[in-house]
Formats: sequence, C-alpha cells, structure tokens
Amino acid sequence: MANVARYEPPAGLNIHELDAVVIGAGGAGLYAALELKRDLGPTAKVAVISKLYPSRSHTGAAQGGVCAALGNTEEDHWEWHWFDTVKGGDYLVDQDAAEVMCHDAVETIINLEHLGMPFDRTPEGLIDQRRFGGHTRNYGEAPVRRSCFAADRTGHAILYTLYQQCIHHEIAFFDEFQVLDLLMPAGPDGPVAGVVALELSTSEIHIFRARAVLFATGGYGKLFKVTTNAHTLTGDGMAIAYRHGLPLEDLEFFQFHPTGMYKLGFLLSEAMRGEGGILLNDNGERFMERYAPTMKDLASRDVVSRSIYLEIAEGRGIGGKDFVHLDVRHLGDEVLNKKLPDMTGFIKTYFGLDPLHDLVPIQPTAHYAMGGIPTDVDGRVLGALSEDGKQAVVPGFYAAGECACVSVHGGNRLGTNSLLDLLVFGRRAGIAMAQFLRTAPTPEPVPAAETPVREEVAALMDSVDGERPAAIREALQAVMFDKCGVFRTEEFLTDARDVVAGLRERAKHLHVEDKGCRYNTDLVDALELGYLLDIAEATVASALARTESRGAHAREDHPERDDVNWLKHSLAFRDRDGGQPSLGYKPVTITKFQPKPRVY
Amino acid sequence: MDVRLRIRRFNPELDRAPHWEEYRLEADPSDRVLDLLQQVKWYQDGTLTFRRSCGHGVCGSDAMLINGRNRLACEYLVKDAGRKITVEALRGLPVVKDLLVDQTGFWEKYRAAIPYLVNDEVPEDGKERRQSQADRAKYEDTSRCITCGACTTGCPVFWTNSDYIGPAAIVNAHRFIFDSRDHAHDERLELMADADGVWRCRTVFNCVEACPRGINVTRAILEVTQAIQGRHA
Repeated sequence: MANVARYEPPAGLNIHELDAVVIGAGGAGLYAALELKRDLGPTAKVAVISKLYPSRSHTGAAQGGVCAALGNTEEDHWEWHWFDTVKGGDYLVDQDAAEVMCHDAVETIINLEHLGMPFDRTPEGLIDQRRFGGHTRNYGEAPVRRSCFAADRTGHAILYTLYQQCIHHEIAFFDEFQVLDLLMPAGPDGPVAGVVALELSTSEIHIFRARAVLFATGGYGKLFKVTTNAHTLTGDGMAIAYRHGLPLEDLEFFQFHPTGMYKLGFLLSEAMRGEGGILLNDNGERFMERYAPTMKDLASRDVVSRSIYLEIAEGRGIGGKDFVHLDVRHLGDEVLNKKLPDMTGFIKTYFGLDPLHDLVPIQPTAHYAMGGIPTDVDGRVLGALSEDGKQAVVPGFYAAGECACVSVHGGNRLGTNSLLDLLVFGRRAGIAMAQFLRTAPTPEPVPAAETPVREEVAALMDSVDGERPAAIREALQAVMFDKCGVFRTEEFLTDARDVVAGLRERAKHLHVEDKGCRYNTDLVDALELGYLLDIAEATVASALARTESRGAHAREDHPERDDVNWLKHSLAFRDRDGGQPSLGYKPVTITKFQPKPRVY
Repeated sequence: MDVRLRIRRFNPELDRAPHWEEYRLEADPSDRVLDLLQQVKWYQDGTLTFRRSCGHGVCGSDAMLINGRNRLACEYLVKDAGRKITVEALRGLPVVKDLLVDQTGFWEKYRAAIPYLVNDEVPEDGKERRQSQADRAKYEDTSRCITCGACTTGCPVFWTNSDYIGPAAIVNAHRFIFDSRDHAHDERLELMADADGVWRCRTVFNCVEACPRGINVTRAILEVTQAIQGRHA
C-alpha cells in the first residue's frame, strides 16, 4: 500500500551567503575546495554541496591508477605521456590542454602523497608504478610503467585522502542536497550568482549565493543499459548548464570500457591486463594480437572494445554469445590477492568464480564521458561561440572532472587519465577561483531566485497520474546502449533520435507517487530522468552529425577518420522551443603532434 | 524464482510505529538484494526509501540488516539470501524513513577520530615522502574502510551506549596511528584512550563479521589498545 501523505512544501527559504560553492564531492570538487580554502585562508566561506555523502562519490570506484611520468621504476618523460594522450584521443585532444595535464601530473601526484595518499611503494619506498593501456615509452615503442596506484582501489584512496583533508581544513559540507538550478540572472553570458538546491532530508529549498560556482557533478553513464557507473550518475550539472543555454562539447564521444562484468556491467580494472591478463575468444585465441600487434591487450579502450564486438559479430563470442573471456589465471595467487584484491573479490561475489582457476566472462560497458561542459585549462566555463570559433568565458562559472571537457581526452580517454584530469583540473580550478575571488564583485541578489525550482518540484509533486520514471528510463537506457553504443550508423542514430523524442514527450506526464517531504527519492528519480533525457538528445544529435569514425565514435557507414572535415569539436546548444539542438563547431588546438594514422 | 521480500517500513511523517510489508517478486538467483529493492521502488511502491549509489560494494551507501545480519544490499545475492528475505534498517541509529537511518552521529564520531594525515613538512627535494613497504603494510587493512557503518551499528556495546566511539571511528584512527608519515599519533591515542574509546570494546567480533570489506576490525581495535598501553610502558 502506498503512502498518501500530502505534500506541504516547507514555506521558509534558507539563504546562504558564500564566497564560493562547489557542487559535487568527488575528487575534482574536493581538490578544488581544498585549494580554495588553502589559498584564501580560514575566513573564506567555501561550501561543498553534494547529493551524497562525499565518501559515496564515484571517484571512489576508480580502480587501477593514475598516471604521471615519475620515472620511479623505469625511464619515463611527461612528453611521452603527452603524446600517448593525444594519440589515444585520436587527435581530437586540445594539445595545449593535454600538455598542461601531463606536465602538472608529476607535481600533482607528489602533492597528493603529501596530503596522505596511501600509494603502494617500491622496495626503495617510492611511489610504485605499473603498466596501463595506451601508455608507452618513447612515443609508442612499448608499454611503460606510469600508473601510480593503491592496490586496485586507487580512486577510493584518492577520494578519502581529499575528503579527510577537507575535514582538516574545516570546509563546510552540505551533504544530501540536490542542486536543481544555477543562478544566471543575465543569461548564458553570465555572470553566475549561486545555485538553488533541495535539502533531501526535509525538501526545504536553499539558495546559495556565491561569487564563484564550480560544477564537479560527474558523468552520465546511467544513460546506458550496461554501465560501470553508479545509479547517481545522471548528468545533473551538465543538463543544468545546457538548460541555461550553455553548450555541451563532444558528447558523441562516450567510452565503452572493454572489460565490464558480463550483464552486470561493473568494471574489471584495466590493471588486470596491465598486470598481464589477456582476452580470449571462443577458440581460446588471444585475438588482440590480430587487431593491435604491438600493444595487443593493452591497446586503447576504444580499439579493444571494438575488437570484442567484431569477434562477437563474427561468431567467436563464447558459445556464440555476446561476451568473451578475460584470462588472468597465470598471474598467480600473489598478484591476484595483493595487487588486484577487489577485482578478485568482485569475481567471486558476483560470478562465484575463482580467477585463479576460471576464465572470467566480460563485455564492453559504458564507462566515461569524454565530452562535457567546455572549459579552459583553469576550469573556466566557455559559453557563447563566435564566428571565428572562439568561446567566451562565463564569469564566475567553473567546471572540472568528468562533467567538464577541457578537452584532454579528445575522442577516447586513456586509462588512468580520468583520475589525473579531475586531480589536475580540480586543483587548477580551485586556484583560479581563489584568484578570481580576490577582485570579483558580489552579485546583486536575484529576485525570486527559487521560483523555477519551486515550480519544477511542484509540478511533479502535484501529479495525480502518469507514468513512473523507471519505465521511461529503462527504455532510454536500452535505446542508447543498442543504437548509440560501440558501433553506430545513420539508421541507428535516426532511430535513437526518434525514440528519445518520444520518451521526452512521455516524460512530460510523470507520476511521483511519494508525496512526502522526507528523503523523497521518488522525486529525485523523476528529476534525474529529466537530466538524462536532455543529455541523450544532445548526444544523439552530435553523433548523427559527425559522419566519420574517430576514437570512441565508430560509424559503420563512415568507417574512416576524416581530418579534412571533422578535425573539430562539436558544441550542442539546446533549442529554446523544444526542437532538436543546434550544433556549432570549434577547431582543435594542435601544437606539436600532427595527426597520423593511429596504430597500436 | 519467486521471492518474498519482507521490508520493515516506517515513515514518521505518517506512521505511528514501524510495520512489516511483504512484496512478491520474480527474481534471478544472481540478482542482488538491491535489485529487488529497486524493483519494488520502481514498479510497485515509489515511496520505499533507501540509500544506494555504486551498486557493487565500494561506496558504502546501502548497508542494512538483511536476514538478521548487517550487509550491503548490493553484495548479497538472491541465491544466498533465499526465497524469503527480510530487510530492516541498521540498528542503533534513528530511522528517518524505511531503510534510511540518520547518520549524523556516525559521521561526528568519524570526524572526532582526527581521520586525516597531520604532517605539514615536505621533503626538501620536493619529491614524495619515502615509506617502506613494511610501514605501508601496517595500515593497509584499515585504509580499505568504506564508512558504511555496518560494524558500528552491529556492535552490542554501541546499541547500549551511543557515546561509544565505535569500531568504524577506531578503524579510521588506526589508519593514521599506524601511518609512519603522521605527526598526530599521541593526540589520536589520547582520544582513543577516553572513557568512551577503545576500552568499551568487549571483543564480541560482530564488527568483523559485519564488515563487507573483510577488515579485521577487532584486530585493529586491539592494535590501538596495545599502542595506548605501549605509550605508558
């Protein structure tokens, strides 16, 4: 029997006056908040707002490591890392941004150690390093040991280290607050004036006035049926920016990780192949030797995921089905239990298999958004696009982590570079915000700032009939996985566009059954579905327009990379009248590495 | 297979007291209990309330009392839980709604344990601090904590004395007490030696059984106790 409490929206309004607010408490948000507070001192009013407790953020699920050319176990140079990142991204990477990331990586990892990060150590007591996909010595010669790690829970160690230091520095946390709006009273050119949020425990509305706002809200993997992503990754921050008229960059590039646990989608770290694991087809053949003769199982993720799909399409999936095997039996007890203990545990818990003796069923799984809110290398959000392909900075608005597109990943992100991205650019955004706050004026209070949020919530809470969010969400996840997944065609994408448009119509009549004010997660489900639908629309439109294959965007009907027409970033702008998004383009920054055919 | 899921429901906005509700579901043996809770919420009763995030045992959101034991709902499979499954909120913390408890007190205790590295000195060469593999190994076990609360809310001492700092906070103090880089060693031991600190532990081992990460919580508490004693020796 359903509860039928009447919704009585709390009448009061909570207003907080702050210097800066950080939305999202994963690695990027926490590092930015920490730098802000360290820079501005104890009197600075900095708050982190998150829909979860910080320790639940998805940074904590990252496993294998974070790359930096420390050279602790063999020769390495940040320039090699830079090249690998550009090549890995299929030359859609902005090379000046990737240069900053790979250069800053070394100092950032050292800083993280100083903050308390429990890295694994070499016999000499230095940070230990191991191999990872796409990371090579001397511009592609052979795999190199570049990934710094804490067993196979590097993200967990990073998330906790940063959260702990934020506690140490007395940063204010608003845990379990869902941000629903960004205050931009003068429109998409800015400036920003704060955010509006719903306190989940009471349904009270809060206005956080601030001179600087950072979105570090994570990705949107829940757009796809099979994914490594947490239930909470619904693209909230990106969709809020999009609704305000800001563009979303390169959404057609979404990474499918090769080794998801079959059907479940959970990630089995690339570190399993970094430590020597291999992929086998139904014939027991190590098929990656055919697709990537040099890097083999450690080729970049888009290449490995496509190879698995091709093996399956040609009937060499295991037993003719849609999965292949990961073989780590030869790694032995020591490596599996000491270096990959969580992976070994997942395989035992969810499959009842012992990786020391059994082959592990895997399939590609939706993992990471290369695209997002466009920013510069200091986290400043870029908005309006001029005719010469330049974007203007939105004053006071910052983004970092997976929700941002700097763009350092281009068409395909290398393993470990996600953690590096959120650390380097979270930190840089915090430093840049502190600089901005030294001179930034206090914005005028926005009259009735909470009205749009009140109306959005009230419309859902007043619903007396309509569809449950779940059915629409499942249909969305299915069409995105099947039609906008590892391989795409014009026909697939046109279908996806029409299905998404239909689902958007259905979502206008959602029924929220829970009418209470306490932790109304039914309401949150409905709001998150709205975000996913916005991102889906922009993703499909960007993918349909790009008639080439590059990185993770593989068009069967346009199988070649087309540098003449498509060496450029997509920018999707929302249509105010509810039509298809409009697309703009800006050039890729190429400074050192000229585009070449990509062979592993 | 056909599964009966019994959930202890309580919405203080409406209900005077908690009550049990039963839901029938078609489930796969490899489904997790979390999948069943989602099925109920998504298709039978949208008011059912619980926390969840990663869904595979690393974020610590969905600890609850399932078939009489603290577990993560996303790590417990139907084939192990059986056809009749009972789910309740964690004990020892106030129920806010259904399976969702008020964790304010839990986090206050976590913060009280000085759960961060205290050391502002950095090596002159600008590189990482050195730490031997042996020193790193001393806090390996406790560095794996996901703050799900299963240990503390499974502890009978905590049920009778909510001032007890509890196993989770001690685990997180241990993480830094045994880190060779830390400078707040004595201060943390002082806190742990408080009347509501480690001495309250009665070595019931519920915490060890409850920990989804397999952390040897009782051993960690014992090591902290020994460190306190060693300090006065």
